[in-house]
Amino acid sequence: MKLTIVDWSIMLIYFVFVLGIGFTLKRYMKTSTDFFLSGRSIPAWITGLAFISANLGAQEVIGMGASGAKYGIATSHFYWIGAIPAMVFIGVFMMPFYYGSRARSVPEYLKLRFDEKTRGLNAISFAIMTVFSSGISLYAVGLLLGSLLGWDFNFSVLVAALIVLAYVFLGGLTSAIYNEVLQFFLIVFGFAPLVIIGLIDVGGWSGLQSRLATVATSNGFGAGAWSQSWTYMGSASSNPMGVEWFGLAMGLGFVLSFGYWCTDFLVVQRAMAADSMSAARRTPLIAALPKMFFPFLVILPGMIAIALTYQTGQSGFVLPAKADGSLNYDMAIPMMLGHYFPTGMLGVGLTALIASFMSGMAGNVTAFNTVWTYDIYQSYIKKGASDQHYLWMGRMATVFGIAISVAATYLATRFNNIMDMLQLVFAFVNAPLFATFLLGMFWKRTTGHGAFVGLLSGTLAAAIHHGSTLPKGAMPGIKGGWFGTLHTYPSEMAQNFWTAIFAWTTCFVVTIAVSLLTKPREEGELVGLVYSLTERPRETESVWYRRPTILAAIVLAGAVILNIIFW
Amino acid sequence: MGLDIRTPIGLLFAVIGAILVVSSFFLNGEVYRASLGINVNLWWGLVMLVFGLIMILLGARRKDGSLE
Repeated sequence: MKLTIVDWSIMLIYFVFVLGIGFTLKRYMKTSTDFFLSGRSIPAWITGLAFISANLGAQEVIGMGASGAKYGIATSHFYWIGAIPAMVFIGVFMMPFYYGSRARSVPEYLKLRFDEKTRGLNAISFAIMTVFSSGISLYAVGLLLGSLLGWDFNFSVLVAALIVLAYVFLGGLTSAIYNEVLQFFLIVFGFAPLVIIGLIDVGGWSGLQSRLATVATSNGFGAGAWSQSWTYMGSASSNPMGVEWFGLAMGLGFVLSFGYWCTDFLVVQRAMAADSMSAARRTPLIAALPKMFFPFLVILPGMIAIALTYQTGQSGFVLPAKADGSLNYDMAIPMMLGHYFPTGMLGVGLTALIASFMSGMAGNVTAFNTVWTYDIYQSYIKKGASDQHYLWMGRMATVFGIAISVAATYLATRFNNIMDMLQLVFAFVNAPLFATFLLGMFWKRTTGHGAFVGLLSGTLAAAIHHGSTLPKGAMPGIKGGWFGTLHTYPSEMAQNFWTAIFAWTTCFVVTIAVSLLTKPREEGELVGLVYSLTERPRETESVWYRRPTILAAIVLAGAVILNIIFW
Repeated sequence: MGLDIRTPIGLLFAVIGAILVVSSFFLNGEVYRASLGINVNLWWGLVMLVFGLIMILLGARRKDGSLE
């Protein structure tokens, strides 16, 4: 990819702004609440955009483009059923407890609702996961900039890490949130012309459909397998994802989606920074509005890329192949940028990509420094210190959190499998979480012992399920089957969805059973933490579009309509 | 928070938009072969510039950062 001075200056100006925001915000960081929770003073539209941007790291952008090429429009399930319903649920039903309890983090909510050991389990596993996730982000940035621009791996990793370090260190969560909003607009403006030009090139949606029919039939599927999202979900063998509708709806649409959007502190932290209860509840709902349309921005380029690849020769565009001869789907979006953008616009597109790397990483870093400082350091290492001390600790946590991420990056370059294994373990830990929160918030009888034992058995169930099943055609090992193969799934995705379903169900049942055998807490202690003991939030907003329930109805209707259009 | 986020967003997009527009006058038309002959730098540069100016305006009008 050849860049000129125009592209370089656009990138450079972006970096100047990022650091400039950090420096400007430095003087507002007076207390630990300013640093970790933005002083709970951010308006809803900003926290809302940050809510989706924190999730829109580069792995997401690159990964969704890759899936668009690999699976077609069915990738939209990760949005229209795999995100929107959960975002509505947290906004309408869960946020009153997160925000209303004044908990400063998700683990702290668990401490208020259950007990110290449940918080400890969640805080420590979350802290480890976020640090390594940001390491995975860095590793990806190093690889991508290397293959795209020929930058040195060490240079890319260190520059990205130092810039994120600088702006989070200076401006804390506010700085991260502001940069996420900046990144949101950059992604929209950087990718929209790509989609427009790409669609013109392939003859619009109908042109793309007929080209994708070639892709589908030459892979042995029905003609619409790449351009219709539900029609081919009847059985796992008729769609390229290799999943059937029940596993998709329960595994992705319920367990994984609700587990991520409703319990992951990385996103919940953005809503906690909102300036009022109403703003906190609106945060995920405002986020859901653009989220609904992101498939057009990130999945369509992948679909166009695969369509062009199958029209050999005509367009001159071909997805590169990996060493084993299969297509390197991860290059779909970066290659499309290079294919359609002239110098200038190319600078904007690449800047958007780099921005998504950095803010994905910053999201992890801010979640880590908060959980570390409040839930680990203040709870177990040094209680009762001054607020200034914890503010200082937050800055230090930012430094060593990033240092560990960089170390993890280099670990990944040595042992490639480590990252796959870590992600597997994270999946085991995350899968049962939503059962704990659902029971904790909506069943006052749930006890701390029940939650703790339920979480552990859910994680164990995930590991056992993964260890005893295999996706079709895979060897026992990292893909599963390490204690024999009881069942073979049609695809890795189907196996993941069912691992999640097993983990969730186990956690749900065990939590209920253990709760019934242990002593419940006094009802008086649970006011504000459990649905039946908490006053319903009153609609205080006078304007209809600021009411969470009305926004929720609009968002759900939108998701249903989109599903029907692309059925 | 004392800094209205719309101000830096507006400034950044106005500057990037301006760079694109200016560059479109100096670049050889050959570079637009990639974008199907569309002068994407000029058109999208204008879009970004206008968006940037609107954000600057909104940021200057409302100091509290709220939309209403």
